[in-house]
Amino acid sequence: MIKVIIRYRWFLLSLVVMGAVTAVDGDLGNRAIDTTMMTIKEMLFIIPPIFVLLGLLDTWVPKDTMVKYMGDGSGLKGILLAFFIGSAAAGPLYGAFPVAAVFMRKGVKFSNILIFIGAWSTTKIPMFLFELSALGAPFAITRLLVNIPGIIIIAYLLNALVPKAEVEALYLNAEKMGE
Amino acid sequence: MNWLLYLLTMIFLIYSYVKDRNKTKKSLSKAWKAFENILPEFLVVIIMVGLMMAILDPDLIVKVIGEDSGWLGVVLASIVGSVTLIPGFVAFPTADLLLQGGAGYMQIGAFVSTLMMVGIVTMPVEVKYFGGRITLYRNAMAFVFSYIVAYAISLVVNLV
Repeated sequence: MIKVIIRYRWFLLSLVVMGAVTAVDGDLGNRAIDTTMMTIKEMLFIIPPIFVLLGLLDTWVPKDTMVKYMGDGSGLKGILLAFFIGSAAAGPLYGAFPVAAVFMRKGVKFSNILIFIGAWSTTKIPMFLFELSALGAPFAITRLLVNIPGIIIIAYLLNALVPKAEVEALYLNAEKMGE
Repeated sequence: MNWLLYLLTMIFLIYSYVKDRNKTKKSLSKAWKAFENILPEFLVVIIMVGLMMAILDPDLIVKVIGEDSGWLGVVLASIVGSVTLIPGFVAFPTADLLLQGGAGYMQIGAFVSTLMMVGIVTMPVEVKYFGGRITLYRNAMAFVFSYIVAYAISLVVNLV
Protein backbone atom coordinates (compact mmCIF):
# COMPACT_ATOMS: atom_id res chain seq x y z
CA MET A 1 0.00 0.00 0.00
CA ILE A 2 2.75 2.45 1.03
CA LYS A 3 4.64 1.43 -2.10
CA VAL A 4 1.64 2.26 -4.26
CA ILE A 5 1.26 5.64 -2.60
CA ILE A 6 4.93 6.40 -3.15
CA ARG A 7 4.72 5.38 -6.81
CA TYR A 8 1.69 7.54 -7.35
CA ARG A 9 2.80 10.46 -5.15
CA TRP A 10 3.04 12.94 -8.03
CA PHE A 11 -0.35 11.90 -9.30
CA LEU A 12 -1.85 12.37 -5.83
CA LEU A 13 -0.17 15.75 -5.58
CA SER A 14 -1.55 16.82 -8.94
CA LEU A 15 -5.02 15.68 -7.83
CA VAL A 16 -4.63 17.95 -4.78
CA VAL A 17 -3.58 20.83 -7.06
CA MET A 18 -6.58 20.16 -9.29
CA GLY A 19 -8.85 20.18 -6.23
CA ALA A 20 -7.31 23.42 -4.96
CA VAL A 21 -7.75 25.09 -8.36
CA THR A 22 -11.37 24.00 -8.48
CA ALA A 23 -11.96 25.33 -4.96
CA VAL A 24 -10.48 28.73 -5.86
CA ASP A 25 -11.98 29.04 -9.35
CA GLY A 26 -14.83 26.61 -9.94
CA ASP A 27 -15.18 27.52 -13.60
CA LEU A 28 -11.51 26.97 -14.38
CA GLY A 29 -11.49 23.76 -12.34
CA ASN A 30 -14.47 22.38 -14.20
CA ARG A 31 -12.87 23.07 -17.54
CA ALA A 32 -9.67 21.39 -16.34
CA ILE A 33 -11.67 18.34 -15.23
CA ASP A 34 -13.49 18.24 -18.58
CA THR A 35 -10.23 18.27 -20.51
CA THR A 36 -8.75 15.67 -18.19
CA MET A 37 -11.70 13.36 -18.80
CA MET A 38 -11.39 13.93 -22.54
CA THR A 39 -7.68 13.06 -22.42
CA ILE A 40 -8.39 9.94 -20.36
CA LYS A 41 -10.94 8.86 -22.95
CA GLU A 42 -8.40 9.44 -25.70
CA MET A 43 -5.82 7.49 -23.74
CA LEU A 44 -8.17 4.57 -23.09
CA PHE A 45 -8.97 4.45 -26.77
CA ILE A 46 -5.56 4.78 -28.32
CA ILE A 47 -3.20 3.32 -25.72
CA PRO A 48 -4.38 -0.34 -25.58
CA PRO A 49 -3.56 -1.21 -29.21
CA ILE A 50 -0.17 0.52 -28.97
CA PHE A 51 0.79 -1.49 -25.90
CA VAL A 52 -0.58 -4.76 -27.29
CA LEU A 53 1.45 -4.21 -30.47
CA LEU A 54 4.59 -3.47 -28.50
CA GLY A 55 3.99 -6.60 -26.40
CA LEU A 56 3.69 -8.69 -29.57
CA LEU A 57 6.77 -7.04 -31.04
CA ASP A 58 8.66 -7.79 -27.85
CA THR A 59 7.91 -11.52 -27.83
CA TRP A 60 7.69 -12.34 -31.53
CA VAL A 61 10.41 -10.34 -33.26
CA PRO A 62 13.86 -11.73 -32.45
CA LYS A 63 16.53 -9.29 -31.40
CA ASP A 64 18.76 -10.38 -34.29
CA THR A 65 16.13 -9.36 -36.82
CA MET A 66 15.71 -5.93 -35.27
CA VAL A 67 19.47 -5.45 -35.06
CA LYS A 68 19.80 -6.39 -38.71
CA TYR A 69 17.17 -3.93 -39.88
CA MET A 70 17.62 -1.07 -37.43
CA GLY A 71 20.76 -1.72 -35.37
CA ASP A 72 24.37 -0.66 -35.85
CA GLY A 73 25.30 -1.01 -39.49
CA SER A 74 21.70 -0.91 -40.70
CA GLY A 75 22.56 2.32 -42.51
CA LEU A 76 20.00 4.00 -44.71
CA LYS A 77 17.60 1.07 -44.33
CA GLY A 78 17.47 1.64 -40.57
CA ILE A 79 16.89 5.37 -40.97
CA LEU A 80 14.07 4.85 -43.46
CA LEU A 81 12.43 2.20 -41.29
CA ALA A 82 12.63 4.43 -38.21
CA PHE A 83 11.01 7.22 -40.22
CA PHE A 84 8.33 5.00 -41.61
CA ILE A 85 7.34 3.32 -38.32
CA GLY A 86 7.24 6.69 -36.54
CA SER A 87 5.18 8.30 -39.31
CA ALA A 88 2.71 5.44 -39.53
CA ALA A 89 2.04 5.68 -35.81
CA ALA A 90 -1.11 6.92 -34.20
CA GLY A 91 -1.51 8.60 -30.89
CA PRO A 92 0.17 11.31 -28.86
CA LEU A 93 3.94 11.51 -28.39
CA TYR A 94 3.88 10.00 -24.91
CA GLY A 95 2.86 6.71 -26.56
CA ALA A 96 6.16 6.68 -28.47
CA PHE A 97 8.42 6.45 -25.44
CA PRO A 98 7.39 2.95 -24.28
CA VAL A 99 7.84 1.75 -27.87
CA ALA A 100 11.32 3.30 -27.81
CA ALA A 101 12.09 1.21 -24.72
CA VAL A 102 11.22 -1.98 -26.62
CA PHE A 103 13.45 -0.80 -29.49
CA MET A 104 16.30 -0.36 -27.00
CA ARG A 105 15.79 -3.91 -25.73
CA LYS A 106 15.88 -5.14 -29.31
CA GLY A 107 19.20 -3.47 -30.00
CA VAL A 108 17.97 -0.69 -32.29
CA LYS A 109 20.64 1.96 -32.84
CA PHE A 110 20.16 5.02 -30.65
CA SER A 111 20.16 7.51 -33.53
CA ASN A 112 17.40 5.46 -35.20
CA ILE A 113 15.35 5.54 -32.00
CA LEU A 114 15.72 9.32 -31.95
CA ILE A 115 14.61 9.51 -35.60
CA PHE A 116 11.62 7.34 -34.72
CA ILE A 117 10.70 9.72 -31.87
CA GLY A 118 11.08 12.72 -34.16
CA ALA A 119 8.92 11.15 -36.85
CA TRP A 120 6.24 10.13 -34.36
CA SER A 121 6.19 13.66 -32.96
CA THR A 122 5.73 15.54 -36.17
CA THR A 123 5.54 13.68 -39.50
CA LYS A 124 2.63 11.35 -38.76
CA ILE A 125 0.84 10.55 -41.99
CA PRO A 126 -2.77 10.85 -40.70
CA MET A 127 -1.89 14.20 -39.12
CA PHE A 128 -0.28 15.38 -42.33
CA LEU A 129 -3.48 14.75 -44.27
CA PHE A 130 -5.44 16.64 -41.65
CA GLU A 131 -2.94 19.51 -41.73
CA LEU A 132 -3.07 19.60 -45.52
CA SER A 133 -6.81 20.18 -45.54
CA ALA A 134 -6.87 22.58 -42.55
CA LEU A 135 -3.88 24.81 -43.29
CA GLY A 136 -3.23 24.29 -46.97
CA ALA A 137 -0.57 22.63 -49.12
CA PRO A 138 2.16 25.31 -48.92
CA PHE A 139 2.03 25.20 -45.12
CA ALA A 140 1.85 21.42 -44.69
CA ILE A 141 4.33 20.49 -47.41
CA THR A 142 6.91 23.09 -46.35
CA ARG A 143 6.68 21.87 -42.79
CA LEU A 144 7.14 18.27 -43.88
CA LEU A 145 10.10 19.06 -46.14
CA VAL A 146 11.86 21.07 -43.42
CA ASN A 147 11.04 18.45 -40.79
CA ILE A 148 12.61 15.49 -42.57
CA PRO A 149 16.19 16.82 -42.54
CA GLY A 150 15.49 18.53 -39.19
CA ILE A 151 14.57 15.27 -37.48
CA ILE A 152 17.73 13.60 -38.78
CA ILE A 153 19.96 16.52 -37.77
CA ILE A 154 18.44 16.66 -34.27
CA ALA A 155 18.84 12.89 -33.90
CA TYR A 156 22.51 12.93 -34.88
CA LEU A 157 23.29 16.04 -32.83
CA LEU A 158 21.69 14.48 -29.76
CA ASN A 159 23.50 11.23 -30.41
CA ALA A 160 26.82 13.09 -30.61
CA LEU A 161 26.18 15.28 -27.55
CA VAL A 162 25.24 12.52 -25.15
CA PRO A 163 28.04 10.41 -23.63
CA LYS A 164 28.09 6.76 -24.72
CA ALA A 165 27.90 5.61 -21.10
CA GLU A 166 24.62 7.46 -20.61
CA VAL A 167 23.08 5.78 -23.65
CA GLU A 168 24.25 2.39 -22.39
CA ALA A 169 22.64 3.12 -19.03
CA LEU A 170 19.35 3.89 -20.83
CA TYR A 171 19.52 0.58 -22.68
CA LEU A 172 20.14 -1.23 -19.41
CA ASN A 173 17.23 0.60 -17.82
CA ALA A 174 14.96 -0.45 -20.72
CA GLU A 175 16.16 -4.02 -20.25
CA LYS A 176 15.07 -3.90 -16.61
CA MET A 177 11.66 -2.50 -17.52
CA GLY A 178 11.02 -5.50 -19.75
CA GLU A 179 11.66 -8.10 -17.07
CA MET B 1 -7.74 6.19 -38.72
CA ASN B 2 -8.10 4.65 -35.28
CA TRP B 3 -10.14 1.71 -36.47
CA LEU B 4 -7.23 0.80 -38.71
CA LEU B 5 -4.97 0.57 -35.67
CA TYR B 6 -7.51 -1.63 -33.91
CA LEU B 7 -7.98 -3.82 -36.97
CA LEU B 8 -4.23 -4.26 -37.35
CA THR B 9 -3.82 -5.09 -33.67
CA MET B 10 -6.66 -7.62 -33.79
CA ILE B 11 -5.21 -9.34 -36.85
CA PHE B 12 -1.78 -9.64 -35.26
CA LEU B 13 -3.27 -10.78 -31.99
CA ILE B 14 -5.42 -13.50 -33.57
CA TYR B 15 -2.53 -14.65 -35.74
CA SER B 16 -0.30 -14.79 -32.67
CA TYR B 17 -2.92 -16.73 -30.71
CA VAL B 18 -3.33 -19.30 -33.48
CA LYS B 19 0.41 -19.79 -33.79
CA ASP B 20 1.36 -19.87 -30.13
CA ARG B 21 -0.96 -19.44 -27.20
CA ASN B 22 1.76 -19.09 -24.59
CA LYS B 23 3.66 -16.47 -26.52
CA THR B 24 0.43 -14.51 -26.91
CA LYS B 25 -0.19 -14.66 -23.19
CA LYS B 26 3.35 -13.49 -22.60
CA SER B 27 2.87 -10.62 -25.08
CA LEU B 28 -0.25 -9.44 -23.30
CA SER B 29 1.39 -9.64 -19.92
CA LYS B 30 4.31 -7.64 -21.30
CA ALA B 31 1.88 -5.10 -22.72
CA TRP B 32 0.20 -4.75 -19.36
CA LYS B 33 3.50 -4.47 -17.51
CA ALA B 34 4.78 -1.78 -19.89
CA PHE B 35 1.55 0.13 -19.34
CA GLU B 36 1.48 -0.29 -15.57
CA ASN B 37 5.09 0.78 -15.43
CA ILE B 38 4.37 4.18 -16.95
CA LEU B 39 0.86 4.69 -15.57
CA PRO B 40 1.83 7.01 -12.68
CA GLU B 41 3.60 9.38 -15.10
CA PHE B 42 0.73 9.13 -17.61
CA LEU B 43 -1.75 10.18 -14.95
CA VAL B 44 0.35 13.18 -13.93
CA VAL B 45 0.64 14.25 -17.57
CA ILE B 46 -3.09 13.94 -18.09
CA ILE B 47 -3.89 16.16 -15.11
CA MET B 48 -1.29 18.71 -16.18
CA VAL B 49 -2.76 18.78 -19.68
CA GLY B 50 -6.19 19.33 -18.17
CA LEU B 51 -5.00 22.27 -16.07
CA MET B 52 -2.91 23.75 -18.87
CA MET B 53 -5.73 23.58 -21.38
CA ALA B 54 -8.19 25.12 -18.94
CA ILE B 55 -5.86 28.08 -18.47
CA LEU B 56 -4.82 28.33 -22.12
CA ASP B 57 -8.14 27.71 -23.83
CA PRO B 58 -8.37 28.41 -27.58
CA ASP B 59 -9.97 31.83 -26.96
CA LEU B 60 -7.00 32.96 -24.89
CA ILE B 61 -4.53 31.52 -27.40
CA VAL B 62 -6.23 33.49 -30.16
CA LYS B 63 -6.08 36.62 -28.01
CA VAL B 64 -2.38 36.18 -27.23
CA ILE B 65 -1.13 35.42 -30.73
CA GLY B 66 -4.14 36.45 -32.75
CA GLU B 67 -2.88 39.84 -33.90
CA ASP B 68 -0.21 39.90 -36.55
CA SER B 69 2.35 40.44 -33.84
CA GLY B 70 5.69 39.85 -35.57
CA TRP B 71 8.55 38.19 -33.73
CA LEU B 72 7.00 38.70 -30.31
CA GLY B 73 3.98 36.79 -31.59
CA VAL B 74 6.25 34.02 -32.84
CA VAL B 75 7.92 33.78 -29.44
CA LEU B 76 4.57 33.68 -27.64
CA ALA B 77 3.21 31.15 -30.12
CA SER B 78 6.20 28.87 -29.59
CA ILE B 79 5.85 29.08 -25.80
CA VAL B 80 2.13 28.33 -25.95
CA GLY B 81 2.80 25.45 -28.33
CA SER B 82 5.46 24.02 -26.03
CA VAL B 83 3.36 23.95 -22.88
CA THR B 84 0.19 22.64 -24.49
CA LEU B 85 -0.69 19.20 -25.70
CA ILE B 86 -3.62 19.25 -28.06
CA PRO B 87 -4.76 16.30 -30.15
CA GLY B 88 -4.46 17.00 -33.88
CA PHE B 89 -8.17 17.10 -34.51
CA VAL B 90 -8.39 20.07 -32.13
CA ALA B 91 -5.01 21.59 -32.98
CA PHE B 92 -5.57 22.26 -36.66
CA PRO B 93 -8.98 23.86 -36.24
CA THR B 94 -7.40 25.99 -33.49
CA ALA B 95 -4.62 26.96 -35.88
CA ASP B 96 -7.25 27.84 -38.46
CA LEU B 97 -9.01 29.97 -35.86
CA LEU B 98 -5.72 31.73 -35.21
CA LEU B 99 -5.37 32.52 -38.90
CA GLN B 100 -8.85 33.98 -38.95
CA GLY B 101 -7.96 35.87 -35.78
CA GLY B 102 -5.28 37.68 -37.76
CA ALA B 103 -2.16 35.70 -36.85
CA GLY B 104 0.46 35.33 -39.56
CA TYR B 105 1.73 32.07 -40.98
CA MET B 106 4.99 32.45 -39.08
CA GLN B 107 3.16 32.45 -35.75
CA ILE B 108 1.00 29.50 -36.76
CA GLY B 109 4.09 27.64 -37.96
CA ALA B 110 5.82 28.17 -34.61
CA PHE B 111 2.67 27.14 -32.77
CA VAL B 112 2.03 23.95 -34.75
CA SER B 113 5.67 22.90 -34.78
CA THR B 114 6.29 23.35 -31.05
CA LEU B 115 2.92 21.83 -30.28
CA MET B 116 4.02 18.60 -31.90
CA MET B 117 7.73 18.49 -31.19
CA VAL B 118 8.13 20.13 -27.80
CA GLY B 119 6.37 18.59 -24.84
CA ILE B 120 6.84 20.35 -21.52
CA VAL B 121 3.95 18.57 -19.82
CA THR B 122 4.94 15.15 -21.17
CA MET B 123 8.47 15.48 -19.77
CA PRO B 124 7.80 13.15 -16.81
CA VAL B 125 7.14 10.32 -19.27
CA GLU B 126 10.08 11.19 -21.51
CA VAL B 127 12.51 11.44 -18.58
CA LYS B 128 11.58 7.97 -17.41
CA TYR B 129 12.82 6.43 -20.67
CA PHE B 130 15.45 8.89 -21.86
CA GLY B 131 16.77 10.54 -18.70
CA GLY B 132 16.88 14.23 -17.85
CA ARG B 133 19.68 15.36 -20.10
CA ILE B 134 18.44 13.89 -23.38
CA THR B 135 14.89 15.03 -22.64
CA LEU B 136 16.08 18.56 -22.02
CA TYR B 137 18.36 18.64 -25.07
CA ARG B 138 15.75 17.13 -27.38
CA ASN B 139 13.08 19.60 -26.35
CA ALA B 140 15.47 22.55 -26.52
CA MET B 141 16.61 21.57 -30.01
CA ALA B 142 13.06 21.01 -31.19
CA PHE B 143 12.14 24.43 -29.79
CA VAL B 144 14.92 26.21 -31.69
CA PHE B 145 14.21 24.14 -34.79
CA SER B 146 10.58 25.27 -34.72
CA TYR B 147 11.76 28.83 -35.45
CA ILE B 148 13.44 27.57 -38.61
CA VAL B 149 10.21 25.80 -39.55
CA ALA B 150 8.20 28.95 -38.85
CA TYR B 151 10.52 31.09 -40.93
CA ALA B 152 10.52 28.63 -43.84
CA ILE B 153 6.73 28.47 -43.82
CA SER B 154 6.36 32.24 -43.85
CA LEU B 155 8.81 32.48 -46.77
CA VAL B 156 7.02 29.83 -48.83
CA VAL B 157 3.50 31.02 -48.09
CA ASN B 158 4.43 34.58 -49.05
CA LEU B 159 5.98 33.32 -52.29
CA VAL B 160 3.02 31.19 -53.31
